Amino acid sequence: MEFFRIRKDIPFMRYAPVFNVISLIIFVLAVFFLATRGLNFSMEFTGGTLVEVRYEQAANTAAMRTALVDAGYTEFVVQNFGSPEDVLIRLPLKDMTEEDAAADQNMARQGEAVLAALTAQPDAATPELRRVEFVGAQVGREMAESGALALLVVVIGIMIYLAFRFEWRFGLAAILANMHDIIIVMGFFAFFQWEFSLPVLAAVLAVMGYSVNESVIIFDRVRETFKKTRGMETPQILNHAITRTISRTIITHGSTQFMVLSMLIFGGEALHYFALALTIGICFNVYSAVLVSSPIVMWLGVSREQFIKHPKPQDATRTADGACV
Amino acid sequence: MKRYPLWKYVTVVLALALGFFYTLPNFYGKSPAVQISPNRATIKVDAAMTSRIEAILKDAGIENNGIFAEGSGIKARFTDVEQQMRARSALEKALNPNAEDPDYVVALNLLSASPAWLTDAGALPMYLGLDLRGGIHFLMQVDMPGAEQKRLDSLAAELRTLLRDRNLRHAGISPTGKTIAIAFRDGDTQQQARALIERNIPDLSLVVEGETLVASLSAEATASLAKNSVQQNINTLHNRINELGVAEPVIAQQGASRIVVQLPGIQDTAKAKDILGRTATLEIRLVDETPGALEKALRGEIPFNTELFYERDRSGGEYPILLKKQVELTGEHLTDAQPGFDENGQPAVHLGFNSTGARIFRDVSRENIGKRMAILLFEKGRGEVVTAPVIRDEIGGGRVQISGRMTSIEASDVALLLRSGSLAAPMEIIEERTIGPSQGAENIKKGFNSALWGFVAIVAFMCLYYLLFGVISAMALSANVLFLIALLSILQATLTLPGIAAIALTIGMAIDANVLINERIREELRAGMPPHSAITAGYERAFDTILDANITTMIAGLALLIFGVGPVRGFAVVLCIGILTSIFSAVVVSRVLVELAYGRKKKLVSIAIGQIWKPEADTATGKKK
Repeated sequence: MEFFRIRKDIPFMRYAPVFNVISLIIFVLAVFFLATRGLNFSMEFTGGTLVEVRYEQAANTAAMRTALVDAGYTEFVVQNFGSPEDVLIRLPLKDMTEEDAAADQNMARQGEAVLAALTAQPDAATPELRRVEFVGAQVGREMAESGALALLVVVIGIMIYLAFRFEWRFGLAAILANMHDIIIVMGFFAFFQWEFSLPVLAAVLAVMGYSVNESVIIFDRVRETFKKTRGMETPQILNHAITRTISRTIITHGSTQFMVLSMLIFGGEALHYFALALTIGICFNVYSAVLVSSPIVMWLGVSREQFIKHPKPQDATRTADGACV
Repeated sequence: MKRYPLWKYVTVVLALALGFFYTLPNFYGKSPAVQISPNRATIKVDAAMTSRIEAILKDAGIENNGIFAEGSGIKARFTDVEQQMRARSALEKALNPNAEDPDYVVALNLLSASPAWLTDAGALPMYLGLDLRGGIHFLMQVDMPGAEQKRLDSLAAELRTLLRDRNLRHAGISPTGKTIAIAFRDGDTQQQARALIERNIPDLSLVVEGETLVASLSAEATASLAKNSVQQNINTLHNRINELGVAEPVIAQQGASRIVVQLPGIQDTAKAKDILGRTATLEIRLVDETPGALEKALRGEIPFNTELFYERDRSGGEYPILLKKQVELTGEHLTDAQPGFDENGQPAVHLGFNSTGARIFRDVSRENIGKRMAILLFEKGRGEVVTAPVIRDEIGGGRVQISGRMTSIEASDVALLLRSGSLAAPMEIIEERTIGPSQGAENIKKGFNSALWGFVAIVAFMCLYYLLFGVISAMALSANVLFLIALLSILQATLTLPGIAAIALTIGMAIDANVLINERIREELRAGMPPHSAITAGYERAFDTILDANITTMIAGLALLIFGVGPVRGFAVVLCIGILTSIFSAVVVSRVLVELAYGRKKKLVSIAIGQIWKPEADTATGKKK
């Protein structure tokens, strides 16, 4: 079997301006939604209490709401979670200062209080407690901080790596394509107000690491082709490199997507948004490596002279990075 | 054609054998067990205990699959849950005759069912996180400012006593926030006081501000206070959690002032919180030695203003002891308890009281020379006499020594008990996660299914698309999973649901390396290279790219490992280990398999890597060397 019977190099670069405009529009939209709607941070970041219960029959969420109001709760969310029997109850942190330890302690007891309130109604069915999570304000803030820090460290780490590995034009292009990907993934989360939890953050970081390697593989080919062949225009070389690697790109991402799809189908609610973030990430990954980072390299004015510092004879000598010329 | 080096074959065979060996325990599953551990620091579980448990089970007619001592407890394995339940009630009845006051914690547990030779060789199954096994996770913050304040208050009292005892007149000692201001009327007194304080209370560092000495906790004192407070709170939590009957509790320090408590298998959050939040108290009372009073009390006629308690001796026997109701001193004045030796070289426990406590102790001991004094520890409203020594002399200075009738082990146990009886500093729960057992089992099933079906889909595709090379890639991928699980088992890294997701993701990404290699070989073949050279060139040229592709993902993995918290850490650990194993299995293992299949054939005409499609004519851009 051979899926990719490509006779000529596909002229990707000819359509680059069109796709760059499309990218820019999606990117601007993503930034717009991130700015206006914001991310729907999970309570791991915001602090609060989350109680998951399961009933024998489909849960009567209206009755649960009444029960909670009767128990004196004002701000809460009751929603089905995956199935009609499973219900998720979220309670925000009450306004309190960090020093207000007593209040924190009371918050920590909310899980039991909620369950008591639900069973207190005379004809209420007794739910099975599936999960209680409580995160204090301080811990939530720390999680948000360390999450942001992790994001920053990944960006810087990848930049340093690319600076060592490639010429600055490639590094810059790869990072831009990378940011484009993750901003769009987060834009999706902002637009649909999907819950942005710790696993989703992990998925976003994984996408970053995974996305850069796509650009790296294409750039490797670009460099190799620049060194090997003479008389080709830069766009032609980019087209050649992309065409040569496209089968690997699609097969690799297809395989990873098999796995992510499997998580989306079998993983249940707990892995749902994690898999979703990866799916969007992988799709934009393929797209951006081919149609975002390569054109950027072209606009930045990459040329053959940047790779061959001293004119060398054509026969095989090894360059510092071990590639055969 | 060079032969592929032998040492690489050996490495791969060795790695596979080790991988299989360490993965093995994960296949055995878990068997029900009962775990017996002492409920008090003074009780030791030893070999005699093992045979005692064996006898109890034999009497009750319960078959067991082995009894063995491990750590501070004894574990007994059973074939099924029914036997386990029966064994628990039989052991509970036999070991704890007084249910109100259990000597031992008898807890249900699940143990790895892997055979003993595997366990002895250090091969253990993966350690499951709470989200997979169910249980409670607490993160508690020790209130360090509160502890410092408490210490400063007691030091202020100590200062007053010290200055009064030496007749140094001061114009007021006022604790102001984090410092204590000691005002003096003249510089001379101030100088004397300064020297005195520096000699006697080294925990304070002094600064002269005009006529005033400003004292604050020294840096070392603050550091040791922080360390001791957290350590003492951990000890206290240990003691309390033992009562919950948790099989494998985790109580560990996290950061400078936080404690993580993980209670697998516990469902009753309310009870757990009650027990964790409880305070034990120390009391010092006088023994009522009126002749005949004890006998009367034992008959049920407890004399007025006294209470009957029991004192435990070395052999575990209990002696009744009648104490006066009046409490002379409580544990809030106790600042320290350390094991040591007395002037005769006998094991002793050294207690330290703050100035108020020291004064009370001095007065009580002076007025009661020759009488007995009891040190009681109250827990759950039930008191036990730790020791009841005879007062030989007036004891001043706040340093008290309890000696006699104890071994050095007992001395350290008593010291621990006294220290850990109460919390050094208040704590608050700042994070909580409770996961029901059904939820945990479901998470395992869901995670496993996602990984399995994704794996099947990838393997099916690879085999169809790359034929024999696809089969080899699939085998390398299986080896990767084997190595990954073996490494996770060896490291005993906590496996969480995000960790399972990372295993799945690693499988999905690991195939990239094989795709790169296979595509490169096809390309070399397309360019007209003979099969052997195409394989060699394919592996060599793809390696750089594979390294590149993995380094960037590794950067993300490491960042998550450093900054990640909770379950996400589990994701990062698996991701990082997975990258290492996938490079090894894709590059080395698959190469060895390819060499096994083709390496010996001298004249290789074609290889089964799927159809190689060649463009009929070279286009202008496809010019190859």
